[in-house]
Amino acid sequence: MAGVDELIAKEGVEEETVEAVKSLAGAYKYGWETEIEMEYAPKGVNPDIVRLISEKNDEPEWMTEWRLEAFARWEKLEEPSWALLNYPEIDFQDQYYYARPKSMEEKPKSLDEVDPKLLATYEKLGIPLKEQMILAGVEGAEDMPAEGRKVAVDAVFDSVSVGTTFQAELKKAGVIFCSISEAIKEHPELVKKYLGSVVPVSDNYYATLNSAVFSDGSFVYIPPNTRCPMELSTYFRINAENTGQFERTLIIADKGSYVSYLEGCTAPQRDTAQLHAAVVEIIIEEDAEVKYSTVQNWFPGDEEGKGGIYNFVTKRADCRGDRSKVMWTQVETGSAVTWKYPSCILRGAESQGEFYSIAITNNYQQADTGTKMVHLGRDTKSRIVSKGISAGKAQNTYRGLVSMHPKAKNSRNYTQCDSLLIGDKCGAHTVPYIEVKNNSSRVEHEATTSKVDEEQMFYCRQRGMDEEEAVALIVNGFAKEVLQALPMEFAMEAQQLVAISLEGSVG
Amino acid sequence: MLKINNLHVKLEEEDKRILKGVDLEVPAGKVHAIMGPNGSGKSTLSYVLSGRDGYEVTEGDATLDGEELLDMEPEERAAAGLFLAFQYPVEIPGVGNMTFLRTAVNAQRKARGEEEMSAADFLKFVRAKAKDLKIDADMLKRPVNVGFSGGEKKRNEILQMAMLEPKMCILDETDSGLDVDAMKLVSEGVNALRDEGRSFLVITHYQRLLDHIKPDVVHIMAAGRIVKSGGPELALEVENNGYADILAEIDA
Ligand SMILES: Nc1ncnc2c1ncn2[C@@H]1O[C@H](COP(=O)(O)OP(=O)(O)O)[C@@H](O)[C@H]1O
Ligand SMILES: [Mg+2]
Repeated sequence: MAGVDELIAKEGVEEETVEAVKSLAGAYKYGWETEIEMEYAPKGVNPDIVRLISEKNDEPEWMTEWRLEAFARWEKLEEPSWALLNYPEIDFQDQYYYARPKSMEEKPKSLDEVDPKLLATYEKLGIPLKEQMILAGVEGAEDMPAEGRKVAVDAVFDSVSVGTTFQAELKKAGVIFCSISEAIKEHPELVKKYLGSVVPVSDNYYATLNSAVFSDGSFVYIPPNTRCPMELSTYFRINAENTGQFERTLIIADKGSYVSYLEGCTAPQRDTAQLHAAVVEIIIEEDAEVKYSTVQNWFPGDEEGKGGIYNFVTKRADCRGDRSKVMWTQVETGSAVTWKYPSCILRGAESQGEFYSIAITNNYQQADTGTKMVHLGRDTKSRIVSKGISAGKAQNTYRGLVSMHPKAKNSRNYTQCDSLLIGDKCGAHTVPYIEVKNNSSRVEHEATTSKVDEEQMFYCRQRGMDEEEAVALIVNGFAKEVLQALPMEFAMEAQQLVAISLEGSVG
Repeated sequence: MLKINNLHVKLEEEDKRILKGVDLEVPAGKVHAIMGPNGSGKSTLSYVLSGRDGYEVTEGDATLDGEELLDMEPEERAAAGLFLAFQYPVEIPGVGNMTFLRTAVNAQRKARGEEEMSAADFLKFVRAKAKDLKIDADMLKRPVNVGFSGGEKKRNEILQMAMLEPKMCILDETDSGLDVDAMKLVSEGVNALRDEGRSFLVITHYQRLLDHIKPDVVHIMAAGRIVKSGGPELALEVENNGYADILAEIDA
């Protein structure tokens, strides 16, 4: 399909029809496609494909073996069905597992050498691939000086990383930020030590598949006592048709370090569903802190539920060291199906995990998402704030596990789980699992479900806002606590995204 | 300005008639007051004019500067210059007062084909208006009406009115629950907005508000109709004798 912008009235087609199509497609702003020559691995997955991916990435033998073992395991597994999700069976042999732009065959030495078409893609998405300051323009920023901030970006396009910015400057601080394929070659000792140490190859169906076929993703290492001098981010773009994206991210925060990492994702608008199965592993040593923020905006499918990304993601942080800390913040607005539970293993004494989530589902979208807080160490703390918003015919489930192990003495959890319904054809579900195996720990759980209030709507409209503006404002207010947890640049984007994802939800 | 002609309104869901033939005309630049016993339909009138759901107009019409009000969406009426200061302003958790105001101001500008107000201009504008109403920076940042005292809520309504610069302002019992000082602030806020191009319809139970905001005409509403109209002295009569005499006079 041609990009929506390029839609022109063909002979015999009503101008009005074209306008109508444009405005419908306009709801998802990233639905266009980059026309670029691609190279694919043959369809399907088998040991040969696994070897091929490994070969394309120029990997050492140990990595190939690791993948093959994962594949052998995956073949024996069955796809899980416990989530409150309803989608047609996925034919894992009917898609491509590797797609890379032809121009990336020889890895460009610097961003200057990257195919201008790829650079233009990121520019159109609003992702800075030049090493420049980003100006914050966020609500509440009036009172702050307009100072620029730097954000380093790793840009992943289908199966490959196109380039990573600010690498030299980060290197000076001792920070390693590169694609995982590069890390496997350049820092094998770190990769060998940590890969699969948080999400084992055997963890679950999708993670096992990912271990066999992941093609690229990001790698971060922050050395001891280092505060990463800028925010790091990875921007995932699926472009190719019938192609799954299997990315792998590995973040290691050594003792006493700090990093804030952001992740963004978009994909073109297509009639057929596409698979995305990622694994993110975070290792946090003593006194270190990691903030991981996601704005997930994969194509959600159209108003009739056609197409969209099936998003099966395993994200886990291992707070290994004492007093280590992780904070997950996610804004999930895209994908036709979301299966995602960013988790915290609170192993170190006094370690802390936080999870802030906004999940918006509209039309036929389905989300089954939440977190796991596994308290292993003494005096560990966790906090969960989940805001689910459903509109249209969408279903939204919060699924959360809080587990206090026998040795996790004096630990605390607080969970707040709020659902907001727009209209009466959608659903919200809360599925909390709580296990407490010692008697000095405490778990608190609060849950609410409400509807967008008619009086609030009328109040906003009396002041001049139309229904969609009013809903967006009220929903942003509902989700405020989570939006506030995001870094500034993302908070702004997320606020607008809330409005866009709810288009067509009222009236 | 505002013309209401034989307006009949019933509840949408049940067969209950509330307004039974309201006739009212408020010319440009004038202040009209409506008084009347509880349950006589004053709030209903303000809701129907501003387009709230739940009511059905069975007869009659209402125009603002010749434009048919009842055919418009609530936000179109707002953009056309109709403003309602609510008797019970709602709370909107998580939405900063300032964000709310800015969204409203820009929504109306957009609807009228005007350019959005820049962040800097807006800030200057809102700070100046807030100062007059003794609304501090903290109240501007807090979520809309959440945890506001009764007086703060009403002052906030007047702030919104001042920011939106409507031409037809309806105030529904804005004075109820206000102490003397707050009442003074609110009336000063209203008086500052009085202008030959702007009209007011002030719904109240009490003469004391009308001491501050001098009405041109006072109407008495009872059982869904305007039963008597007169000058400011009519308000005094109500204050002194209650509604009983007036109602008896009409029944007779
Ligand atoms: N939404 C509603 N549902 C049920 N009754 C209503 C509703 N709105 C108004 N009424 C009734 O209509 C009458 C007029 O109410 P209202 O307009 O609030 O009067 P006032 O503002 O003069 O006190 C009252 O009897 C009230 O109970
Ligand atoms: Mg009333």
